[in-house]
Amino acid sequence: MTTLLEVRDLEVVFDGFRAIDNLDLTVAEGEVRFLIGPNGAGKTTLIDVVTGLTSPAGGTVTFAGQSLLGLPEHKIVRLGVGRTFQTASVFEQLTVVENLDLAANFRQPLRALLRRRKGVSDAVDAALTTVGLVDQADRLAEVLSHGQKQWLEIGMLLVQDPHLLLLDEPVAGMSKEERTRTGELLHEIARTRTVVVVEHDMEFLRRFANCVTVMHEGSVLCEGTVAEVQADERVQEVYLGRSRDKRSTAEVG
Amino acid sequence: MDIYLSQVFTGLSIGSVLLLIALGLTFTFGQMGVINLAHGELIMAGAYTAYMVGGVFGESVSLLVALPVAFALAGTMGLVLERVLIRRLYGRPLDTLLVTWGVSLLLQQVARDIFGAPNVNAKAPEWLGGGVVVAGATLPYARLFIIALVALSVTGIWLYMTRLPQGRRMRAVMQNRQLAAVSGIATQAVDQRTFFIGSGLAGMAGVALTLLGPIGPSLGTAYIVDAFLVVVAGGLGQLRGAVFAAIGLGVIQSLVEFKTQASLAKVLCFVAVVALLQVRPQGLVSVRSRALT
Repeated sequence: MTTLLEVRDLEVVFDGFRAIDNLDLTVAEGEVRFLIGPNGAGKTTLIDVVTGLTSPAGGTVTFAGQSLLGLPEHKIVRLGVGRTFQTASVFEQLTVVENLDLAANFRQPLRALLRRRKGVSDAVDAALTTVGLVDQADRLAEVLSHGQKQWLEIGMLLVQDPHLLLLDEPVAGMSKEERTRTGELLHEIARTRTVVVVEHDMEFLRRFANCVTVMHEGSVLCEGTVAEVQADERVQEVYLGRSRDKRSTAEVG
Repeated sequence: MDIYLSQVFTGLSIGSVLLLIALGLTFTFGQMGVINLAHGELIMAGAYTAYMVGGVFGESVSLLVALPVAFALAGTMGLVLERVLIRRLYGRPLDTLLVTWGVSLLLQQVARDIFGAPNVNAKAPEWLGGGVVVAGATLPYARLFIIALVALSVTGIWLYMTRLPQGRRMRAVMQNRQLAAVSGIATQAVDQRTFFIGSGLAGMAGVALTLLGPIGPSLGTAYIVDAFLVVVAGGLGQLRGAVFAAIGLGVIQSLVEFKTQASLAKVLCFVAVVALLQVRPQGLVSVRSRALT
């Protein structure tokens, strides 16, 4: 397997606080990698660095052999790195089709944007169908439900046709049915692409992860299959251990 | 009755000019969070453009030549201002305020050095002399021309924002800058274009103002405060809000001014805006935006 994304010795400092500390991460082509870790572990910050929203204090980020550091956000997207945000982020005051059109912008000729709903480009049409928003195509994004917004966001990724997708909590706040639906969607997407997912939902994790990276306090704690990670003592300690220890000693004492 | 009609009409034309000025401000503020205090000097630059063009071309066509020239000149000035200074200050609104105020003073002095401190006049073309009589009130052609010009400009901007991909990108950046960036939109290019258009509109407003009065180096300062009132009352980055607020303010001011006096009219306008903001702090039209919270 060839390496698609490589992060080496990454350091991100916010006002003296080390959000990411000496982090190494290698994601191979075609992989579905899950990133988990307690709050403040630096998962979202890592995605921010890869997509150019945050500049690191040190280290390297290489995508398909090319360094991403210092590139403006839109150039990184055009290289084939797409992302979603933790909160469902869409352009609320634009219609669903307009949202998709915008995202598809750099993959299409300009005149495609001028066409109305009837003549939307194939990529936009396909994305509408894939995420199940055909009936909502001409409605403003702000009236969509939370789940639909998340799907629209994924649709916006699809029309960009990225090689690498970085999804920040794609099923957060979703109902059970919506989660299942999103899972199927991701499964479909992951067949031809490399996906990095930040997610806490364990059921979701077990079903779709083939490799899990556990982050803690800005670095990688351990890496492996779901079973391996769950069995790891350090992971148990980070997630449950310390506070439970304190509580139990407090109770005893 | 006719006197009220002509006052409302005067208010409409003043409101139109305010709208043209406020559009640029509301876009740069709504999209980039930049309060450009030098915006008034772009109006002044537009007005002096009309004066200069009037000297070169005959007075009958000078107005029509001056409009595009002023748009391009003021737009370019805005663009240079953005690239040289304001770009370095994004995310630092107070510093932007101070720097653009400095630029404003500087430009006023430049105008004084070039054109002299006394006011000058740009001759209005003869075909704008006189007016049309409606219900006993005379509506001057000059003011009709201004209203038509602004109506055209606003329609143009509206079409740009809703129909063209560039305009759609502008709305996208205004709504959520980060999302726009990771959707592949070159946000810096969009910022520059917005600055160019907003500044160009101020230049055109300057040309329109030459039809209403004399041109001086401090022409812009007289209008910038009212334009900010329109921005605040209308809601940031909102075309529709700006239209309502500008027309409303223009007409209220003109009517009250007629009934009482100029300073009282100004006071009442401020009171009206403060009262409005008590009820609707986001202005007449608002959009929930992450970028501005």
